[in-house]
Amino acid sequence: MDLLRFITAGSVDDGKSTLIGRLLYDSKNILIDQLEALEKSTKNRDDGSVDLALLTDGLRAEREQGITIDVAYRYFTTPKRKFIIADAPGHVQYTRNMITGASNANLIIILIDARLGVVEQTRRHSIIASLLKIPHVVVAINKMDLVEYSQDIFNNIVIDYTEVAKQLGLSDVTYIPISALDGDNIVDKSGHINWFKGKPLLEFLEDLKIENDINLTDARFQVQFVIRPQTDDLHDYRGYAGKVISGVYKKGDKVKVLPQDFETTISTLETGGKEVEEVFAPQSVVIHLSNDIDISRGDSIVKADNLPQVNNELEVLLCWMDDKPLMPGNKYLLQHNSRLVRAVVKNVEFKLDVNSLQRQPVEGNVKLNEVVKATIKTASPLVYDGYEKISENGSAILIDETSNSTVAAVLIKS
Amino acid sequence: MSSYHLNYLEQLETESIHIFREVAAQFEKPALLFSGGKDSITMVHLAKKAFAPGKIPFPLVHIDTGHNFPEALEFRDWLVNQVNAILIVRKVEDTIKQRSLTEPKGKFPSRNWLQTYTLLDTIEEFKFDCCIGGARRDEEKARAKERIFSVRDEFGQWNPKLQRPELWNIYNGRIHKGENVRVFPISNWTELDIWNYIRKEKIDLPSIYFAHERKVIEHEGQLVAMSEYVQPAENDVVLTKKVRYRTVGDMTCTAAVESEASTLDEVIDEIIATRISERGETRIDDKVTEAAMEDRKKGGYF
Repeated sequence: MDLLRFITAGSVDDGKSTLIGRLLYDSKNILIDQLEALEKSTKNRDDGSVDLALLTDGLRAEREQGITIDVAYRYFTTPKRKFIIADAPGHVQYTRNMITGASNANLIIILIDARLGVVEQTRRHSIIASLLKIPHVVVAINKMDLVEYSQDIFNNIVIDYTEVAKQLGLSDVTYIPISALDGDNIVDKSGHINWFKGKPLLEFLEDLKIENDINLTDARFQVQFVIRPQTDDLHDYRGYAGKVISGVYKKGDKVKVLPQDFETTISTLETGGKEVEEVFAPQSVVIHLSNDIDISRGDSIVKADNLPQVNNELEVLLCWMDDKPLMPGNKYLLQHNSRLVRAVVKNVEFKLDVNSLQRQPVEGNVKLNEVVKATIKTASPLVYDGYEKISENGSAILIDETSNSTVAAVLIKS
Repeated sequence: MSSYHLNYLEQLETESIHIFREVAAQFEKPALLFSGGKDSITMVHLAKKAFAPGKIPFPLVHIDTGHNFPEALEFRDWLVNQVNAILIVRKVEDTIKQRSLTEPKGKFPSRNWLQTYTLLDTIEEFKFDCCIGGARRDEEKARAKERIFSVRDEFGQWNPKLQRPELWNIYNGRIHKGENVRVFPISNWTELDIWNYIRKEKIDLPSIYFAHERKVIEHEGQLVAMSEYVQPAENDVVLTKKVRYRTVGDMTCTAAVESEASTLDEVIDEIIATRISERGETRIDDKVTEAAMEDRKKGGYF
C-alpha cells in the first residue's frame, strides 16, 4: 500500500468541500461521533440532510465567516492506498495557500461547475498546477445533476479545457463527470451517466500509477545534520544524515561533494541505524565517505558522473507570499532544503498574470500573490537543478530576516 | 515496477525522520514533549532512528499532571533508561501551588488546561526554543490546519491567520527571542498508521493499551477508571470490566473501552472495526465545546 498526496482546487461554490466530504463519507472514513457533531450543526437545514461540506470547515472563525482561511489536511485510507488531501481555498487572494498545498502534491483535482464551464479561476488553478509541475491532473466536472447529466455539456468543457492544458503543457489530464452532492461517479459508477466509460473518481485515484513521479535517475543528496556521537565506542563515527532527494546511491559509488568540489567514495550507507547496500529517494539515510573532509549542513553529495549546477546567480520564478512587498535591493535569506544563504533579488523582469499567463511589466513593488520572473544573487553558490528537472532540488524559499516570515516561493530555472 | 519503492508507513517514517533532523539542526535547545502515550512513544522510536547510532540530541520533557496511570509512569522510566535519554519532569501540582491557581472542580477534574501553565514555565526555565509534540492532524479540526513547524508567540499562542507558508520539504524555524516553535513530526499520521507502525517496528507499549480487568464507573456511556482521583458518587454503579485504553492521558479525563484484545493484532482489528474516533471515544474533556481544541491551542496548549 502506498501514499498519494493530492490537492483540491476550487471554491466552495464549486462544491469542493462537498466533494471532499463525499470522498471521506463514501469511503467510510467518517466516524459516528464526527457524524453526530455534523448533524448537530446541520439540524437547521430544511431538508434534514447532512451538509457534507461542514465536515471540512475547520476553525470557528471560518464557520462564522463562511470562508476557508488556510490549507487543511485530510486523511483517508482505502484497502489500496493512503490518501492525504491538501484542501486549499480557491479565492484569488489565496494563491499563496494553494501553492503551499500544491508543493507536495502528486495530483490536483480541478473542479469545474458544469453550468459555468472553464472560468477564470479554472485557468488560475491550472496555471499554478503547471508552474509547480504537479504530475497528474483530474478535471472533475461537477454538478452534472444540474445539467441533466448532459454528455454534450461535458464534451464541450473537455474541448475547452484541452486547449488550456495544451497551452500550459499539462500532459496527464483525466476528465470525470461527477455530482459530489449525490455521489455520482465519486466512489461508485453513476447510473445517471451511462455514457461515461471511465473510472469513478476514487477508483481512478486508487489505481493511478505514481512510481514514476520520483526521479530515480539523477542522484541528489543534501546533508541535513552531521551525526558525531563522540562516545568511547563511537569515537571516529562521522555520518552525514539527510534525505535522498532523487536517484539511488550504492556503497562504493564515486561521489562529489559540492560546492567544495571534492571527489571521494561512499564507504557505508545506513538507514535507521542499520547498514544497507543501497539507498534511494525519498529515504532518510546516513552516508559515510572514505575521506575525512570538512562537510557541513547544506552541502551536497552527488555522483561524480551526474552533476547538478553550481552557481551563485539564479534565474527564478518568485511567488510572493508576504503582505509586505518585495523591496528591490533588500537582502533576504534563501533556504534551499537545508542550505541557508544570504540572497538579494537583483532584477525583476516581468510579472506573470496568473489568470492569462501573459507577461506584464512590473509597476512598483512586487505584491502579495504576484508571480514574477527575477534574478537572484546568493552570497555563496547553490547546488541545484532546474525545478522542471528535479523539483525538490530546484525549489527554495525566501525569508525576511527581520520578521522571520517566509516571504516567497522560489522556482529555479535550469 | 522498480524495487526502489517505499510503502506508506516507510514514507511517513522517512518524512518524520527528516523533520527530527531539521529540528536538531535548526534549534539550539529543543525538547521532546513526552506524555507517555503511544504517539510520544512512537516519536521516541523515530527520534532514535533519526540519530542512530548517536543518542537522541534533546531531552524528553514530561509535564506531569499528577493524574497519571501508574503503568504509564513506570513505562516512561523504563523507556528513558532503554534509549539512554535525559528526562525532565515538571509537575502541574507545583505550578498550582506556586501560582496559586484554582483547581478545576467536578467529578472528573481535568488538569488539561493547567498543563499549559506548567509547559510555558518549563519552556521559560530551560529556554527551550522548540518543543516537539505528538499531535496528529487527523485528531481534530483545529489540528488539521496547523503547520508542521508552528510558530508561537511569547505567550505560547497559535495564530491560525498568521501561519508561515510551508513549501515542499523546506522548514523555516527562525524565530525572535522569546518565541518558540512547536514541531509536529507525526502530523501526517493517522491513529491507524501509528498502530500499524508499532506492529511493524515491534515497539513496546504500556500494558494499559491491552485488555485487562479494571474497576470502572460508567459515566454518560463512557467508562472511567476508579482511582484516588476519581471516586464514585452515591448513585454511581461501580463495575469490573475487561477494558483497554485507546489513548493514555489523565486518569480523570481518559475513558477506557471494553475490549478482549490482548495482542497488537487484536487491538488493531478492534480499532479498524470501531466507528468512533479516538478523541470522541476516549477524551472526556473535548466534548465541552465544539471549538474546545481551537481555544486551547490559541492559549498555548500543545
